[in-house]
Amino acid sequence: MKYMLLIYQNEATSQARGEKQTAEFMGAYMAYTKAMRESGAYVAGDPLTLSSTATTVRVADGRAKVLNGPYAETKEQLGGYYIIDVADLDAATAWAARCPTAQAGGVLEVRPIRTM
Amino acid sequence: MAEGEETRRAIERAARQSYGKLLAFLAARTRDVAAAEDALAEAFASALARWPQQGVPRAPEAWLLTVARRRASDAARRRRTQVDAAGPLVLLADELQAATVASDIPDDRLRLMFACAHPAVEPAARAPLILQTVLGLDASTIASAFLVAPASMGQRLVRAKRKIRDAGIPFRVPERDELNDRLGAVLETIYAAFAEGWSDPAGTLPRRRDLAEEAIWLGRLVVTLLPDEPEALGLLALMLHAEARRGARRDTGGRYVPLAEQEPVCWDSALIDEAEAALARAGAMGRIGRFQLEAAVQSAHAARRLTGRTDWAAILELYDALLAQTGSPVVAINRAVAMTELRGAAAGLALLDDLAVDRRLAEYQPYWAARAGLLARVGDAAAADHAYEQAVALEADPAVRRFLQDCRARLHSTPAGGRRSHGRGAHDPGCRGRIDRLRRKP
Repeated sequence: MKYMLLIYQNEATSQARGEKQTAEFMGAYMAYTKAMRESGAYVAGDPLTLSSTATTVRVADGRAKVLNGPYAETKEQLGGYYIIDVADLDAATAWAARCPTAQAGGVLEVRPIRTM
Repeated sequence: MAEGEETRRAIERAARQSYGKLLAFLAARTRDVAAAEDALAEAFASALARWPQQGVPRAPEAWLLTVARRRASDAARRRRTQVDAAGPLVLLADELQAATVASDIPDDRLRLMFACAHPAVEPAARAPLILQTVLGLDASTIASAFLVAPASMGQRLVRAKRKIRDAGIPFRVPERDELNDRLGAVLETIYAAFAEGWSDPAGTLPRRRDLAEEAIWLGRLVVTLLPDEPEALGLLALMLHAEARRGARRDTGGRYVPLAEQEPVCWDSALIDEAEAALARAGAMGRIGRFQLEAAVQSAHAARRLTGRTDWAAILELYDALLAQTGSPVVAINRAVAMTELRGAAAGLALLDDLAVDRRLAEYQPYWAARAGLLARVGDAAAADHAYEQAVALEADPAVRRFLQDCRARLHSTPAGGRRSHGRGAHDPGCRGRIDRLRRKP
């Protein structure tokens, strides 16, 4: 089954990381992604830019309303995603738990991808 | 006509004995519990239609599974689900060809139970789901056991089955590191099933007696599979203790006999011995829990067969510990009764009054029965009368209802009506020792 791992992080925490810590964190992500590829679970994955770069669009009465900022102003913001193909939910949550952001206090949401 | 009756009985027997096993087999291979239920229901309907003409097949379970598999596979083709149903179903067909007798069909009930008790399933749905799928209980029976409206229970079950299918929850026994959490939900469910079956004391309704036996069977299975889990042993001990007293709950005239008035010679000593052995094994592991405490309460009651007395001080201590662990209002009612035996009815009544804020108890028979008994003992006949009326109205068992009606009638014949003498006792050293062991923290 395919799952999307949505990675939520406190942006203040990630921005407060020093240069060395950031390099370590990136290294952890590279190792994580490599392990995911080698296991055959990896389908796709990308980091996102800060939520301050987000733009929200709503259509009301046929007209698009474009607004500055993310959809929800929460403490944790969506910071990246992976799509993985694994046997079941337990395998997906095991990958989620190994994610460097989860290890650093972030939150991962695991969502099955709907096949049409 | 006799033949038709015979066939119907064969189908009922297959339904009762095999439902959970067949459903577990189907669901574990497709992860779609609702579809497996539908397919199995259609298979039983086919059996009703065909067996009277064609005769009961040599391997009824395998026959039912083959029909159910065909239905499930048709349904999957019509409505392509997220789980790729074709793969598991091909595998299913191979396994079924090999299964010509019932014992050849693998028992996946434990895997099914762990799927139902998965942390991704809504907590309030886990136990009801196991009762419905593994034991084949209907939603309204489950709803009443859990003090929930039937409609909300139905929705809860539907949501949970959808979650299992759509989130890809696996059907497997969890690994060591996640086992503890997941086991608790499974054990609670087995106990709920046992309590449901135990409430038919005469054993006149085979389906309900089977339920208690099935629960004990499940309890033994979990103990066999997970021999180092003290709470599994505690649950087994608890169920065996209760089962040992099944026959003693009625006199020869079919009248209800409360525990305090039961003759210990009527208890099944072999079951008590087995329960004590299980509890001792659990105690030696040094990890206390709810089921070991509850079994220890039953053990303290059972000690009366040796000492002739009931150690209410010990029982009160066990209920203190249980209340601290669970916060359950049901435990609190039992604790109030134990307090009465030690300090008098007024003390017990004061504890029950504190509980009255819990609105769920307004429809809980044991609350009203306990309250009525205590009010009678303090001489408040009017309030006791009302409480007995509530208890009688909420009681489904005719023998218990008659017992409560008799207590109510006595309110008006004697000034201290309903008062009963209970053995109140010196401390049984064996029992004290057990409590001390149970209280010791690892």
